[in-house]
Amino acid sequence: MTLLEDHPVQLSSTAVAVDGVSKVFGRGPSAVLALDRLWVDVAVGEFVCLVGSSGCGKSTLLSLVAGLDRPTAGSVEVGDRRVALLFQESALFPWLTAAGNIELPLQLRGVGKAERRQRAEELLERVHLGGLGARRPHELSGGMRQRVALARALAQEADVLLMDEPFGALDAMTRDLLHDELEEIWQNSGLTVLFVTHNVRESVRLADRVVLLTSRPGRVAASFIIDIPRPRRIESAEVAGPAALITDRLREEVRRHGI
Amino acid sequence: MGSDTTLFEADLAGLDALELVAQAELGRWRHIWSLTWPKLAAAAVALAVWQLVVASHWRPSYLLPGPGTVFRELGHQAATGTFWRAISITMRRALVGYSLAVVIGSAIGVAVATVKPLRVAIGSLITGLQTMPSIAWFPLAILLFQLRESAILFVVVLGAAPSVANGLLAGVDHVPPVLVRSGRVMGAKGLALYRHVVLPASLPAFVSGLKQGWAFAWRSLMAGELLVIVAHRPSIGTRLQFARENTDAPAVVALMIVILVIGIVVDGVFSRADSAMRHRRGLVDRAA
Repeated sequence: MTLLEDHPVQLSSTAVAVDGVSKVFGRGPSAVLALDRLWVDVAVGEFVCLVGSSGCGKSTLLSLVAGLDRPTAGSVEVGDRRVALLFQESALFPWLTAAGNIELPLQLRGVGKAERRQRAEELLERVHLGGLGARRPHELSGGMRQRVALARALAQEADVLLMDEPFGALDAMTRDLLHDELEEIWQNSGLTVLFVTHNVRESVRLADRVVLLTSRPGRVAASFIIDIPRPRRIESAEVAGPAALITDRLREEVRRHGI
Repeated sequence: MGSDTTLFEADLAGLDALELVAQAELGRWRHIWSLTWPKLAAAAVALAVWQLVVASHWRPSYLLPGPGTVFRELGHQAATGTFWRAISITMRRALVGYSLAVVIGSAIGVAVATVKPLRVAIGSLITGLQTMPSIAWFPLAILLFQLRESAILFVVVLGAAPSVANGLLAGVDHVPPVLVRSGRVMGAKGLALYRHVVLPASLPAFVSGLKQGWAFAWRSLMAGELLVIVAHRPSIGTRLQFARENTDAPAVVALMIVILVIGIVVDGVFSRADSAMRHRRGLVDRAA
């Protein structure tokens, strides 16, 4: 593992460029500075995890990258790349079946009915949910819902996948299996992933690079290159070592707020 | 990696099999019976109480007839053509008035939900209109339209439209923000966002509004038919009014039962639609 202080070297082909982004919510004396001159670059095909405790503006940052919100200062560049966003709760539409949810982004792009149906079935197979397309979201487990949400994100044919603590509400075994699933999909698709989590082990398990954010305001505290060979196991000592180190840095960061 | 992948797939398949909820269904007939017998029992109790009150001679039987007399009267009425013509005219008025109310109420609901100044301007007015007894509109309606169909229609629409608009408004207000964000990330904007996300998400509250709107429409219609008697247009309300004028108590009660039954049947249709939708969306507790 390599520790990079400050922001990393400029990468050759950048998928997401967050340049000196600040975000202020509210106005006047009650204004809150959520992000303060944040610099994060994500290379094409890279898997980056953002780690931080409460109030580090992780979700705010993802909203900015997804184009749901505008920064107060600085810029977020994704070029002409398509961006998909996965939430902690699957945010599937309860009035549609699993297949219907996956078809919706295709429908919004004007894909015909027969092709939509076929694509949805393929994507369900891809997340190992073949044959469950007719189920409603509430008839699926939490982990399955997240896989449907993942398939729906893939249906957007996005180049950049933003994930906002997507496995935070799942039990450990399901989460570990979804790590495998996500890794497999990422490796076979060339997707760029920006993954937010407060679980340091999870970040080391998944990421090429872990970016540690400070809290209130959110700023980059450190970057860690994780060069452990894949496939990785979350229980392994190779993952536990760097995770302990990053956790120490994170605790140091949290402690500052208690003084 | 190959064996790892298959192992992972096997693990996942095992976990999925454990997590899929078995969908046990109560037998169809048992289900229908479990919904029917309490209703039959309640009806039997009501009839018994009614019969007891009549038997106590609290009021002379020509003013308060017993169930037997009333149902015989209902049978006589049902054998005449005018009775059915009256029902069909009443139902046509209900249908036309209610449909207009749904269209107008929905249009107002969408407009108020999307245009902020409009909401500030008339948001509370809609709720105010909803609480206004529809019978209070009739003097004005009769001045404006005289004793004609349009006077009744006017009040039915005014009675039902605010509920429909309010239902839609409540639905739009309570759409979970994460669903809207999800739709926007997918590229749904403006009208597409409304059609694919906001409106389907607000459907449960909208259906409640529709149901309430129907109740108001039906009440307004009955009030209207008692007050606005259009010549040569027999209706349930008109017949009720005539029966009272002739002190024909069995006919009065028989017609009241007709009004009640129509109300219950239509409400049942709404309830079924509502509960089917809630089941589809997982808004119903399985254990309940």
